[in-house]
Amino acid sequence: MVSPAHYVALAVVLFVIGAVGVLVRRNAMVIFMCVELMLNAVNLAFVAFARMHANLDGQVIAFFVMVVAASEVVVGLAILTSIFRTRRSASVDDANLLKY
Amino acid sequence: MTHPVVLAAGAAAATQAVAFWVLAIGSVAAALAMVLARKAVHCAVLLAVVMLTLAIMYAMQGAPFLAFVQVIVYTGAVLMLFLFVLMIVGVTSADSVIETIKGQRLAAGVAGIGLLVLLSLIVGQAAIGPAAKAGADFGSANVGALAALIFTRYVFPFEVTSALLITAALGAMVLAHRERTSPRPTQRDLSIRRMASGRPAPLPGPGTYAGHNAVDMPALLPDGTSARLSVSAVMGVRAGPGLEAGPAVAEVSLPGEALPGETPPGETPPAGDAADGGGQEERW
Repeated sequence: MVSPAHYVALAVVLFVIGAVGVLVRRNAMVIFMCVELMLNAVNLAFVAFARMHANLDGQVIAFFVMVVAASEVVVGLAILTSIFRTRRSASVDDANLLKY
Repeated sequence: MTHPVVLAAGAAAATQAVAFWVLAIGSVAAALAMVLARKAVHCAVLLAVVMLTLAIMYAMQGAPFLAFVQVIVYTGAVLMLFLFVLMIVGVTSADSVIETIKGQRLAAGVAGIGLLVLLSLIVGQAAIGPAAKAGADFGSANVGALAALIFTRYVFPFEVTSALLITAALGAMVLAHRERTSPRPTQRDLSIRRMASGRPAPLPGPGTYAGHNAVDMPALLPDGTSARLSVSAVMGVRAGPGLEAGPAVAEVSLPGEALPGETPPGETPPAGDAADGGGQEERW
């Protein structure tokens, strides 16, 4: 029998994979995708908790997370395209004008 | 003898367990491959796999509305946006494997293992009980029950969400808008540049008169040789008559920067081509 604990454990694994991806990757697009993976993992945990309590609040919260993630992606990708337009690079290492 | 209803419930639980393990292993494998894949397009496709498996898991847990939203909004809209921007930004830019900070990958791996241990301990300590008995709210009545909840208890966050969406759309328009700094080239300017470039005609399309009409198949010129420039610079060229397979032109002319017929600098073919190709390749 699959219990909510299984889903939460899977969410933990996916979240950690996304976090490691954010730390390791250099391409800003891929970092964005890893952030999306982390958000999705948290959504899975929310849905599992909703099922555990037989209460729909968790699903509503997951829905709001999806809305916020969608608008975050829109703005983030717009920023990425404008950075790429001026610097001709999608690597996070090249955007270092504020470093020193 | 076991009652048929009990048998059916047991079979359903077994099916769910099999589905969970298959989907869990698939999603973790796809997520790992996404972190390890070098090309950003591969990452996007692998992320789509993860999101679709998560959508099936939502459906298994009594959230059919969220499952469909996951497919439509995430896989349909967000990932397509990712792919569009990838086409604009960096299909050619594979991630560099050089570490800019020494030992960063090792440190990231250690930090990841630490985070995994920490979260596992927290989840292990938490009392996550079995699923409670769920009614129709987790089945056929899911959409209606969610709507009732969103428009009563969560109506204020819902309204705030609308403000967020409008702000995000406006922000994306402002950020992606490009102010023109030089006067727009007229048709006269464009035709003068095209004549001066030495190639008045457009580039040949891939696969023209070739054995296949695939996009990586170089077109055949009237004299039977292959036109390397007929293949997009993003993909490699397949072998054709008088042309060995290999990477296409290294320099990518960015849209808006060069005319379609313009040869990017540093891309003139080597002199050896002129010798065996009768000077044909030099023009293309």
